[in-house]
Amino acid sequence: MTATELHIDQELFEILASVSDPEIPVLSIVEMGVVRSAKLVDNIVHVEITPTYSGCPAMDVIGDDIKSAFKAKGYEAKVDLILSPAWTTDWITPKGRQALEKYGIASPLSAEVDKEALLGNKKVVKCPQCGSLNTKLVSQFGSTACKALFQCEDCLEPFDYFKCLK
Amino acid sequence: MNNNLIQYILGIADNSLILGQRLGELCGHGPSLETDIAMTNISLDLLGQTRSYYQYVAKLQGGDATEDTVAFLRLEREYKNVLLVEQPNTDFGYSIARQFLFDVFHLALLEELQNSKDETLSAIAKKSIKEVLYHVRFSSDWIRRLGDGTEESHNRIQTAINDLWIFTDELFHQTDADKAMVAEGIGVDVTHLKAGYYQKVSSILEEATLQTPTIEYFQKGGKMGIHSEHMGYILTELQYMQRTYPNMTW
Repeated sequence: MTATELHIDQELFEILASVSDPEIPVLSIVEMGVVRSAKLVDNIVHVEITPTYSGCPAMDVIGDDIKSAFKAKGYEAKVDLILSPAWTTDWITPKGRQALEKYGIASPLSAEVDKEALLGNKKVVKCPQCGSLNTKLVSQFGSTACKALFQCEDCLEPFDYFKCLK
Repeated sequence: MNNNLIQYILGIADNSLILGQRLGELCGHGPSLETDIAMTNISLDLLGQTRSYYQYVAKLQGGDATEDTVAFLRLEREYKNVLLVEQPNTDFGYSIARQFLFDVFHLALLEELQNSKDETLSAIAKKSIKEVLYHVRFSSDWIRRLGDGTEESHNRIQTAINDLWIFTDELFHQTDADKAMVAEGIGVDVTHLKAGYYQKVSSILEEATLQTPTIEYFQKGGKMGIHSEHMGYILTELQYMQRTYPNMTW
């Protein structure tokens, strides 16, 4: 999401865009769609973030990282966790998706196709290493709550697939 | 302070805490790396959901209450989870059967809780439901694989289903707090979920070539704070640090 779409002041937006997701360092928290709002009120920046998964252990770190990023620019920040509306993989930006693929994580497919992929019914997840569709599901759950584990049957590399959450 | 609301939330949240704790015991002990990761991922989702509920309870309680005091400083009788979730990980079949019998209920409950008049509960339900859909898929899939697998896996998952069946009826038991919250449009009337639950469970058991147990006596008590002999051991481990070093923080 862009600064305009989120109604965030450009300067604050850039500071937020400099904070990366601790689990996936190539992605900023803005590209992840985790930042929901930011407002400057009485010299304090109020930031609202939403977790990808309820148990995401990265949220506390993200909160601290946001505070220190603002502090470095001379702002005091207050971070609130909101649950509604619930995060969806649709909020990952196109740039974020590219970054995921480049990092070796297959980006989420649409909800319908995702179901087929996670039931192991259809070969629809593309290997981020060699681009082959000849991949198989290894586990519906992967290295973090948001990912499933796949393996490419052509280049044999295992890889993570970012599960669709809608 | 609305005590009925607090008791109602604990009735939902404690299920997630105790099942999350049980699944956490499997960390490093799952039968394969993939199932180990899956079950601890599910544990993490459940604990995350528990935190959201407990933060809300702490806010309602006010004073010095925090999510940690709710989680760690209650006595056994004050936990309101159903007996099903405290049953031990006897073998992989039992862990899967327990998960399956709970997941089908959990999903149906959250589907209704989304419409709660209470905004926080509705928000937590909407968030959790996306995660629980994955849980149901995982446990149903394993019920089919074990049931329709080898003679050994078939017999063991059938035994686990038979043994745990006695705890399913409690899922639909209503406490006074539940009834009060249903009347206010905040709580879910679980008695309405019962028929759909047994239908869904039976159809998956049938696909898995398993028998749906028919028994007339069911056990209940957890929702009223009367737990099985397993609960004390779970709490001993869960609360160890806070009881040994009161108010410690990381």
